[in-house]
Amino acid sequence: MNFEVSRFNRHGVWAIYRFEIARAARTLVQSLLTPVLTTSLYFIVFGAAIGSRMQSTSGVQYGAFIVPGLIMLTLFTESMSNASFGIYFPKFTGTIYELLSAPISPAEIILGYVGAAASKSIILGLIILATASLFTPLTILHPLIMLAFLVLTAATFSLFGFILGIWATGWEQLSFVPMLILTPLTFLGGAFYPINILPPIWRSFSLFNPIVYLISGFRWSFYGIADVSVATSATVMLGAFALCVGTVSWIFRTGYRLKN
Amino acid sequence: MSIISISNLNKSYASGLAALLDINLEIEQGEIFALLGPNGAGKTTLINIICGIVTPTSGRVLAAGHDVTRDYRHARAKIGLVPQELTTDSFETVWATTTFSRGLFGRPPNPAHIDKVLRDLSLWDKRHDKIRTLSGGMKRRVLIAKALAHEPQILFLDEPTAGVDVELRRDMWAMVRELRKSGVTIILTTHYIEEAEEMADRIGVINHGSLILVEDKARLMKKLGKKQVSLHLAEPLATLPEALRPWALELKAQGKELTLTCDAERPTATYDLLRRLNELSIVYTEINTHQSSLEDIFVGLVSTRS
Ligand SMILES: Nc1ncnc2c1ncn2[C@@H]1O[C@H](COP(=O)(O)OP(=O)(O)OP(=O)(O)O)[C@@H](O)[C@H]1O
Ligand SMILES: [Mg+2]
Repeated sequence: MNFEVSRFNRHGVWAIYRFEIARAARTLVQSLLTPVLTTSLYFIVFGAAIGSRMQSTSGVQYGAFIVPGLIMLTLFTESMSNASFGIYFPKFTGTIYELLSAPISPAEIILGYVGAAASKSIILGLIILATASLFTPLTILHPLIMLAFLVLTAATFSLFGFILGIWATGWEQLSFVPMLILTPLTFLGGAFYPINILPPIWRSFSLFNPIVYLISGFRWSFYGIADVSVATSATVMLGAFALCVGTVSWIFRTGYRLKN
Repeated sequence: MSIISISNLNKSYASGLAALLDINLEIEQGEIFALLGPNGAGKTTLINIICGIVTPTSGRVLAAGHDVTRDYRHARAKIGLVPQELTTDSFETVWATTTFSRGLFGRPPNPAHIDKVLRDLSLWDKRHDKIRTLSGGMKRRVLIAKALAHEPQILFLDEPTAGVDVELRRDMWAMVRELRKSGVTIILTTHYIEEAEEMADRIGVINHGSLILVEDKARLMKKLGKKQVSLHLAEPLATLPEALRPWALELKAQGKELTLTCDAERPTATYDLLRRLNELSIVYTEINTHQSSLEDIFVGLVSTRS
């Protein structure tokens, strides 16, 4: 009955990852169709109806201009809801006892949950990209950087969702942060307009919104146009990622809202 | 070497409630240890600390020689836990959830083992069923299957028979005996004292967070258990006759019942007493014997100390 206990519990990480992916697979139609439908509606309303009346930005048509922002919007909300639900649900039902009693490290637990949530939203992001290409001609100048931004953003917001799921003590808190903080920040974050069309005072305000940097950087990887420099965007992205990693490791070190 | 070694363990919850007070306990490899105590005594808290679900306030716990906090990976890999609460996923199948547990505990897939566990627990027919469609007793079995999926050396059963019918209870104990035979150490809690009396090698009694007794079951029964012989008399006695003084007798029920408390040192006491009663022409109509159960001992312990 003796066996080697390895330093990295890959079977454990894989078990969590598969469990989380299977959870999405059970509601496959719903989890894919909803974002695709929403995005299509955005295109019909903003791209076709309003966009035709908007002048192009730096040679990019309005319909194409909003694509990176729309993908980011989905990435934020899907990553967060997936990861927060994934860890909140076992806390709610009590099945978290098994996770806490397993020979698995905090980093491995995160790898499983956050990895799965990020994977799901990356796939969604790519599906939306494909959907968008049906509505408007797209160019991607820097595909590798685009992918890097996509993965980093998905990972960061999945971590953020994971933290939210651990912090939340009720279902309403789970939707509170995405609804009351994330959605406004995203809409004000330049998803649908370049921030330099704003009056100077609002423009300065916008620079305090981290979402501006994420959307701007992502859009740059498509069209080479940006509200702020790409280097700044990348720095903000990495900073946000590091902040989430730090918070999560603090949570596990102290057992915050996980253990008595 | 003990498989579990607990020294100076204390736990106070954030509410300030002291749930465990200076617990010291050694559990031997391969034994069945029953942890008894009234509701709220601290049994689950103790188990949860060993398993990593609750953090201790102070003290040290070793499982299979590994510190459960510092070297949790090695300690936990050897431990299986069946929790008191029926907490299961709803939408997973029995097979999937059992396989998940094995992976989570770091073991490579082994369908043959999952197969065996499910068959042993009579869950085989239900393996493709979603857990939420199972009855309470079946869910309990699923929790046991999950705990056994990674072939633990130490198994904790926190009230495994709560809400379980007679037949399953018998199956469960048969399985526990099998596991013990294969070298697994079993620590269980139960409020059915007769189960502990039947199953356990050693008994620990915990009350108000303190371990008030740890004893070999057989020795405990001998030490604290009483055997009594009661005689129903045809004619009541007003007082105990002088000639009966040498026996540890008690006159009860308005002199109609004579009770002898047996003493292992005097094995012929009952025989001698009956002979003497014959000589004295004291007629009895009925003889009853009573042996105190673990339950009597337990109730005595917990009520005197609380
Ligand atoms: N999370 C918690 N926060 C605060 N107090 C707790 C917590 N969990 C348990 N307690 C308290 O600690 C004490 C011991 O509880 P525990 O669950 O260990 O008892 P138990 O012996 O398992 O009881 P039972 O036989 O009812 O299962 C109780 O007074 C209980 O109210
Ligand atoms: Mg309990």
